[in-house]
Amino acid sequence: MARYGMVIDTKKCVGCMDCVVACKTENNVPEGHNRDWIVTVTNGKFPDVNLEIQSQRCNHCDNTPCVSCCPTGASHVHEVGNVVLVDHEMCIGCKACLAACPYDARYIHPDGYADKCTFCIHRVEKGELPACVSVCPTHCMYFGDLDDPNSEVSKLLASRKNHPLIPEAGTSPRIFYLI
Amino acid sequence: MQDLVTTRHNPQIDPSMTVWGWEIPVYLFLGGLVAGMMIISGYFIFSHRYKKTDCVTYVLPIISIVLLSVGMFSLFLDLEHKLYVWRLYTTFRITSPMSWGAWILILVYPVIIANMLMDPPKYIAEKFPQLEKVKNFIHERPMLIKNIGVGNMLLGGMLGVYTGVLLSTMGSRPLWNSSMLWVLFLISGLSTAAAFVHMIAANVEERELLAKADNGFLTIELFVLALLIIGLSTSSAVHIAAAKLLINGIFAPAFWVFVVGMGVVIPLIIQLLAVNHKIKHTPIAPIMVIVGGLILRFIIVQAGQYSHYLNAHFK
Repeated sequence: MARYGMVIDTKKCVGCMDCVVACKTENNVPEGHNRDWIVTVTNGKFPDVNLEIQSQRCNHCDNTPCVSCCPTGASHVHEVGNVVLVDHEMCIGCKACLAACPYDARYIHPDGYADKCTFCIHRVEKGELPACVSVCPTHCMYFGDLDDPNSEVSKLLASRKNHPLIPEAGTSPRIFYLI
Repeated sequence: MQDLVTTRHNPQIDPSMTVWGWEIPVYLFLGGLVAGMMIISGYFIFSHRYKKTDCVTYVLPIISIVLLSVGMFSLFLDLEHKLYVWRLYTTFRITSPMSWGAWILILVYPVIIANMLMDPPKYIAEKFPQLEKVKNFIHERPMLIKNIGVGNMLLGGMLGVYTGVLLSTMGSRPLWNSSMLWVLFLISGLSTAAAFVHMIAANVEERELLAKADNGFLTIELFVLALLIIGLSTSSAVHIAAAKLLINGIFAPAFWVFVVGMGVVIPLIIQLLAVNHKIKHTPIAPIMVIVGGLILRFIIVQAGQYSHYLNAHFK
């Protein structure tokens, strides 16, 4: 079974937010809410400064605190690609998963359920790329099976320096940033 | 220097998490209070104190039912998808403390009602005369009474423990991620319940006993609070940052003044003087303990949401 993940090249990302707009359009994300967003991290002191632009979203972790804390099973790991999803009809809006996520990647949809990035699973199941990946003008985002050593994402991770976000939280995130 | 700029501005998430407002602390407080009352009531049954007609164990079940129902209503108000609340009871998720809690709450009611049926309040007994038969049935069976006592202590313990476990399993919130939290919430539930029962008990001997018990609970609570802070302060960077929120951070004034000072130390001194007959028993100390218990839940819930891996790095 595939284990989908994402690799984002911070050397190419310019923070244009096309991924954010594409996600909002593709998934009808309500106004004032974000499934993905841009974070600019500046390290150091002038003139020795390092800038990293990160397109962030749910990390679809291997160890999923949001799934294990869910009292109804609404938060679950989908059989296709081990993608973490929320069944809107099962969610009671208790917000335990929001509190459990170290990335604060979830929010409450105005209709009352917990919502977040789905890796555009509805597109992926049709053989397409997630909306954010497909629109990126600098082609800095890569999507694929982390368990397949021949996939583009696996090759990039093997050949380039990279890091996930907050690895110390112990959730084994599946989005990696090339540096 | 590290600087972080984000374009995300999700409601209740940014700039710091506020997904749980007043409803959850109120529920956790009432759950702990009822848990404590169940344990005290169960102990009074188990130790044959129930044989005295003015025993407080005959008053506690009806109060417990009312307070627990208020707590559950508060929990219901917190849900964002209220019409789907029944989904909690179509499954049992072994890894979810909230699922455990939902089922424990369902089991707690029959145990409290069994306790109430030992001597139903007059206004209920008058409406349902057949309850007299149930009462006689129970009183003819000493083992059944003992089991009701054990059941109340057991389920009360589970309820009190779960309120802490609910938060402590959230690894993403360093302040909550301590194995001392369930001990703190259980002991705080017991101290607030002892204070409450101390205020309402008609029997002088019971009142004295509960004041002494409350002194014990408050002393243990002081140690547990210290251990919670020591445990966090000697852990990773994010846990140290979380401990600092209580030690000298933005939650420190409320924590030291209302929880430690007015909620534990001052009432402990007042009650120690009272049980040693230096001063008279007054409701002041118990009220301070109860209010302190409520403020403790508010501070732990709010500070826990504020404590975060990212906040630890950037604030």
